[in-house]
Amino acid sequence: MLGTQRKERIDGLAESGGDTTAGVSLAASAWRRLRRSPTFLVGAGIICAFVLLALVSPLLAQHDPALRLLEEQVSRADNEIPAPQPGFPLGGDQYGRPLLSRVLLGSQQTLLVALLATVIGLGGGLTLGILAGAFGGWVDTLVMRVVDVMLSVPSLLLAVSIGALFQQQSQFTVIIAVATVQIPIFGRLLRGTMLAQRASDHVLAARALGVRQRSIVFRHMLPNALGPVIVQATLMLAVAIIDAAALSFLGLGAADTSTPEWGQMLGSAQNFFDTHPHLAFWPAGCIIVVALGFTLVGESMRDALDPKKRR
Amino acid sequence: MLRYTVRRLGQLLIVTVVLSVLLFGWLRALPGGPVSALLGERATEESRARLVQQLGLDQPLYVQYWKFVQRAITGDFGVSTGVQPGTPAMEVFLQRMPATLELSVLALLLAVAVGIPLGYFAARRQGGWLDNLSITWSLIGVAVPVFFLAFLLKYVFAIEFGVLPASGRQAAGIDATHATGFFVLDGVLTTEWDAAWNALIHLLLPAIALSTIPFAVIFRLTRASVLDVVEEDYVRTARSKGLGAMVVRGRHILRNAMLPVVTTIGLQTGALLSGAVLTEQVFNIPGIGQALSLGFQRQDYAVLQVVILATAMVYVLVNLLVDLAYAAIDPRLRTR
Amino acid sequence: MGAAAGPGFRLSRVGRRLVTVGLTAVLATSLSACVQSQRGEDNGQTMVFGAPGAPALFDPFYASDGETFRVTRQMMEGLVGFESGGVEVEPELATDWNSSDDGTKWTFQLREGVKFHDGTDFNAEAVCANFERWYNQTGTGQSSALSYYWIETFGGFAGDDEPSLFSSCEAPDPTTAVINLTRATSKFPAALGLDSFSMQSPTAMKKYEADKVEAKGSGFEYSEYARKHPTGTGPFEFDSYDQNNQSVELRRNDDYWGDKAKLDRLIFKVISDESVRKQELLSGGIDGYDFPNPADLDSLRQQDFNVQVREPFNVLYLGMSQKKNPALRKLKVRKALAYAVNRENLVNANLPDGAKVANLFYPSSVDGYADDVAKYSYDPEKAKRLLNEAGHSDLTIEFWWPTQVTRPYMPDPRGIFNSLAGDMRKAGINVKPVSKPWNGGYISDVNKGDAEVFLLGWTGDYNSPDNFIGTFFGSTENQFYTKPAPWGEKLANRLDAADKEPDPTKRERMYTEINRDLKSKYLPAVPLSHSPPAIVTAPHVKGLVTSPLTAEEFASVSIEK
Repeated sequence: MLGTQRKERIDGLAESGGDTTAGVSLAASAWRRLRRSPTFLVGAGIICAFVLLALVSPLLAQHDPALRLLEEQVSRADNEIPAPQPGFPLGGDQYGRPLLSRVLLGSQQTLLVALLATVIGLGGGLTLGILAGAFGGWVDTLVMRVVDVMLSVPSLLLAVSIGALFQQQSQFTVIIAVATVQIPIFGRLLRGTMLAQRASDHVLAARALGVRQRSIVFRHMLPNALGPVIVQATLMLAVAIIDAAALSFLGLGAADTSTPEWGQMLGSAQNFFDTHPHLAFWPAGCIIVVALGFTLVGESMRDALDPKKRR
Repeated sequence: MLRYTVRRLGQLLIVTVVLSVLLFGWLRALPGGPVSALLGERATEESRARLVQQLGLDQPLYVQYWKFVQRAITGDFGVSTGVQPGTPAMEVFLQRMPATLELSVLALLLAVAVGIPLGYFAARRQGGWLDNLSITWSLIGVAVPVFFLAFLLKYVFAIEFGVLPASGRQAAGIDATHATGFFVLDGVLTTEWDAAWNALIHLLLPAIALSTIPFAVIFRLTRASVLDVVEEDYVRTARSKGLGAMVVRGRHILRNAMLPVVTTIGLQTGALLSGAVLTEQVFNIPGIGQALSLGFQRQDYAVLQVVILATAMVYVLVNLLVDLAYAAIDPRLRTR
Repeated sequence: MGAAAGPGFRLSRVGRRLVTVGLTAVLATSLSACVQSQRGEDNGQTMVFGAPGAPALFDPFYASDGETFRVTRQMMEGLVGFESGGVEVEPELATDWNSSDDGTKWTFQLREGVKFHDGTDFNAEAVCANFERWYNQTGTGQSSALSYYWIETFGGFAGDDEPSLFSSCEAPDPTTAVINLTRATSKFPAALGLDSFSMQSPTAMKKYEADKVEAKGSGFEYSEYARKHPTGTGPFEFDSYDQNNQSVELRRNDDYWGDKAKLDRLIFKVISDESVRKQELLSGGIDGYDFPNPADLDSLRQQDFNVQVREPFNVLYLGMSQKKNPALRKLKVRKALAYAVNRENLVNANLPDGAKVANLFYPSSVDGYADDVAKYSYDPEKAKRLLNEAGHSDLTIEFWWPTQVTRPYMPDPRGIFNSLAGDMRKAGINVKPVSKPWNGGYISDVNKGDAEVFLLGWTGDYNSPDNFIGTFFGSTENQFYTKPAPWGEKLANRLDAADKEPDPTKRERMYTEINRDLKSKYLPAVPLSHSPPAIVTAPHVKGLVTSPLTAEEFASVSIEK
């Protein structure tokens, strides 16, 4: 779980984005430094490869990942799982489904889970953050109490609590559970940046000129808060993938496993760890590399945005 | 300062009440309920209905909640139905808390013992091989799912090489007095050294698995804050005064760089608890993390209520203490 | 920055102290390595067994879960018991018994010279005290979550509306106990071998208020007796339950009336995760464990562990509810489903070593078993034909399966579901999967009859057809919802009549006939398989005899290293 340091880190990030005096030049200088950062380049490379894989995997996968093509070679009694063979370079999984095709196509669902969870989390956080940051006063207090309550429950626990609420577990419930954890984090982040903006000169100036409240929020405050949000969202993509895997491990993953997803593959391989570790290694390896990719990009962007580092 | 403290305590109270209401409603919204767990496949519709009535689960939610509050005030939080059936939920929590604390404290100690020196040396040789290596390590540590790492550690050290125990808190055959519930401490206090040692080696693998994320955080923060401090004027002044390298490092750089690190350590509680749910599952440690996952599986209302409320309270309290410490140092914060 | 240096200075002093403490700890731990060998050697024979769950309490009367019985079984005995390694009834605390011709009066000759662990005598009065205690439960004690087996076997309690099978208990002399029943039943005397009906010391129960059980919040708080002072007559007696370490310790009863236990100490360690149990065995932390993952059996055998596969005493079936989907009320449709599923393949690919295809709703070791029943061997073409004839060539069904659970009869619900759903699709049936968590709605919805087609099973308690098919079809508002079926009521009545028949030969014939009709005329569900749970022990553990009822007794076990 990356949701460490929670408030501290969130607020720190919020302040870094609040530095609007630099305006456009901030983004430009950040980008200049990013382009030369090896961390960023490696991470970006991984992400590009991952997205590309997700796009072209239907062409690469030779078999339907849901079909139990090698079922005759599966035996619970003898603990047999189909070995690599012609046409099936990685063999089959514990139900005789083609493992290579599942690993390849798993990228699609994994990307989908990460993206949707983060987008929903961001959407929820955005709503809360705008409410609190734009209006201040009792709205702010109320929203922040809600956020505090959500943050007061350890993140995995919150995800599990939400996931357990659904009668039928599916990829969708996993996404909702993971997204819920992100809402208070984004909410606090956005509120922080908005507050910093509210006191800033250009917003004061706009207000003095009689610009309407809504227009101030959406034209002036929100765009300037984007930097930290993008950084946080990138980091959250990694967290989402890892959290989805943890939910599967705890038995709260999607019940229908015909569409493969790495986290769910890893979670369901736990009983075969001793005897058929490759079932866990493939999805785990993919998760680690992709999560690393998002973390690298997120962290290097955070560094690039940090005004202190610009000396 | 007093007014600030009172206000923050009031907020804590509100958070607790809100959380308890949410928690109560949420638990009752879960499909199934404790009745299924109590009766299993042997349940009939009739016996289920009778039991629901007997346990008072058919009453309106607010009545149930009010009864819960009334009993909770007297210290009665209900009885476990799934985790340790028949044991009062508070007792379950108190019995299991030491296991989790022991594990978390050791994990944190490991993270601090490795993270701070590594962060310091990495910063002193910024861009050097040690710096790059430890940055990479900390980044990978964050990207590896905790439970997968735990499996790997167990597989290698307990199964393949057999040098460390695979699970549990203490070997079952050992004669040990358990006075405090902290097994290592118990062994030391009663001078049953073998029991203490046994408990300690049981803790090692899970603590390593659990320490990866706090390590990454502490390492990065130490590194960053040492980098900051090195450029501060007073360090330059100290250097220019001709103070010895050792004195500058020890008294000026490290000491000041430690301040943010120490506060961060306090904020690791939540992360440790999240990790403990997974680690305790893999290593079969009867702590509160395991109580939570079992509680979910078996829909143990009483235990989930107590454990979640109590952990949230601990978490909020720790945060409050950190904030109070800050406020004491920086008066500006009190007005926020 | 002077302010910042202040706390920094204090910190380093604390740091110095920490170093001192750390050094002491290192010294202490290195010392302990030497001390370790001196303690814990003359403890005699100790066996540590890995149990999958924690016992709820130690009073078997209030329990219905295997993990509680696993422990109490070592400490307590009933009037009758089950043969070692089988399911037939044999003498335990009663040496002999007979019943009147109408099956309502049962006379038990009791073993002499038996004492409870607290030193009091076991005699006819103690037997009656136990029966009276069970029959006179009040309030919370009558809950089906507590007195489950009493309600299942005997029905109601004293002063209840519900009729009770139990009438009275007499003790004409110390070694003769007479139990009067209100009617004949097929359950007697086998049901008295159930762990719940173990004989417990009346003195101890009184002293520690065994009947004091209270509903608190959503759970039950048990008596001091049930938590700390269980007192029976068995080869082991209670020592302690360390909840911190999740282990239960028993010690040998040196005054046992029969062959004394070979082990000095027997420890049950709770390890809920099956892969963790295996790893503990591999690393030597435990000497054996129950319910290994079927996938692990092979590798365990290769490493010389003793894997014993029990004789199966359970059944997994494909239930079909006639409540919601009218198509399932047609016999042809239900038959089509029976032909559509490939049970041979299911057993081969998804079930553990020793599993068998099920012909009936109970295994062949139970009375009334018949081999000459309709078999429904795999035939997808025939399934399609039957569906056509029934006018449901495009049949759509909801197929329910549970998540977050494994049962001895159902080691991998997802795998079993996948396999069967695949078969059904091959027969042209549209399958809509519905999955719910076992405790989170699955059990409750299936019991309401809401699941159209579902996976469920049963583990037998004792050798009686009534315990299997009587439970399944004895009422019409059950999982299968046989109420709308023209034969639903009739089947329930036939089962009731068979249970009440005092003549064993006649009774057995009645059950055989019911079994035949269940497979041909009724088919409310399709029996799929019997899968045996295995038990694993380290090579140095000798003398463990497995039981189909998973009722292993550890008195015969010894450790030979």
